[in-house]
Amino acid sequence: MNFSGVLPLSFNDVSLSLEGRVVLDNVSLDILPHERTIILGPNGAGKTTLLRLCHGLISADSGEVCWQGPQAGMRSRRQAMVFQRPIMLRRSVRANIAYGLKFTGLSYRQKKERVAEVIEVTGLNDLANRSARLLSTGEQQRVAIARAWALGPEILFLDEPTASLDPGGTRAIERLVEFVSGAGTTVVLTTQDLSQARRLAERIIFFHNGKAIEIADAKSFFMRPKSREAKAFLEGEILWQNKTDYKGLQLCVG
Amino acid sequence: MIFGADPGLGEVVLLSLKVSCSAVALAIFFGLPLGAFLALYRFPGRGLTIICVNALMGLPPVVIGLLVYIIFSRAGPLGVFGLLYSPSVMIIAQLLLVLPIIAALSRQHFVDLWHEYGDQLMSLGSNRWRAVPTLLWEGRVNLVTVGLAGFGRAIAEVGAVMIVGGNIDHYTRVMTTAITLETSKGNLSLALGLGIILLLLSVFVNLGVSLARAVTIRQGV
Repeated sequence: MNFSGVLPLSFNDVSLSLEGRVVLDNVSLDILPHERTIILGPNGAGKTTLLRLCHGLISADSGEVCWQGPQAGMRSRRQAMVFQRPIMLRRSVRANIAYGLKFTGLSYRQKKERVAEVIEVTGLNDLANRSARLLSTGEQQRVAIARAWALGPEILFLDEPTASLDPGGTRAIERLVEFVSGAGTTVVLTTQDLSQARRLAERIIFFHNGKAIEIADAKSFFMRPKSREAKAFLEGEILWQNKTDYKGLQLCVG
Repeated sequence: MIFGADPGLGEVVLLSLKVSCSAVALAIFFGLPLGAFLALYRFPGRGLTIICVNALMGLPPVVIGLLVYIIFSRAGPLGVFGLLYSPSVMIIAQLLLVLPIIAALSRQHFVDLWHEYGDQLMSLGSNRWRAVPTLLWEGRVNLVTVGLAGFGRAIAEVGAVMIVGGNIDHYTRVMTTAITLETSKGNLSLALGLGIILLLLSVFVNLGVSLARAVTIRQGV
């Protein structure tokens, strides 16, 4: 396969502990361009930490996080992230999106054009002049995605963007994610929502207790999960962490 | 007394406002960057510096007055400027009094703001240094309260301005020193009148800021 940008992104035996707890445990995986990757797993599996590590907000205790593409040196400019709780600045939606471009080195005119374009294609016209802080969480999350996408990233990380949203809000976010992905941005999204994973995934990385238990294309993952943990998760059993021994796996059958 | 046109009284009130507002403006100018620096940067001795700044918040005004007096007295290191017993040195004394308050209180606000916005700003390509103007703007509603706390301290203190200003009529007499003088002279009604003006001033400043805060929060800007 020919790569032209900063991707693929490889993890080689990456481990990380936070406050004495092993959050990532010898994780090895590849994120390939133009594939919608869903990182699926229960709460506390290490999904958010994985994204923060990908995005460069934290660094690993051991192992390698390696951007393999020919433009890897540009990686910080070619990626963007949307956080679980949208952080809106105290200004209008338009100004929030414009703020995202503040550090890009674009000229005033280019920024203005880009902001107008992003507002138009992401369907934020009605909200553009409203104060971002006063929007609903779902609307704020749409603005956050638009703000991240305005940077023109090659890869966009989304950390549970629909957590605590109602079905309507979730649908709006998923449409936007499909649009972003269709426009050529590689999307990596974490979720614990199985049906969302079914709707969006092209590739699944199943996480549990800080380990990438199973990596497979979406179809075969949902048809024939290989690991015991993934099978249990798909069957709707509750996976949780053993608080004393993170290497152990607890299943609640019921 | 208050509403009667006493020209001396107006002069005293105006000088009080001039000295305290100047001191607070300067303290904000130096104190907010200092607070941001202590909140966002790791350097050796940071913990100790924060403890010192916090401790300085409680420094007695008379002690500040004494130190500034020594520094600016004829024999002191800055005596050549001849600033002692002038409004300028009163501003300097109050600046030193208010600076630790602004720095210490704003440091805590910057810690909270960074906790909220840090990841997002870093993600957008900012860094701790470049984030400061954004954090200032985002936190302005709470940072105004910090300025207010500083103003309260400055306008109400008497020890420092008394020592370095000397309570000279028509020149360095401010409300608090005038109240002290009139009380010791037994002129209680004038002292009380000045006290009421001081109180009203405080109430109005707080009221104005609270209103501005409420409007800002409601508009979400």
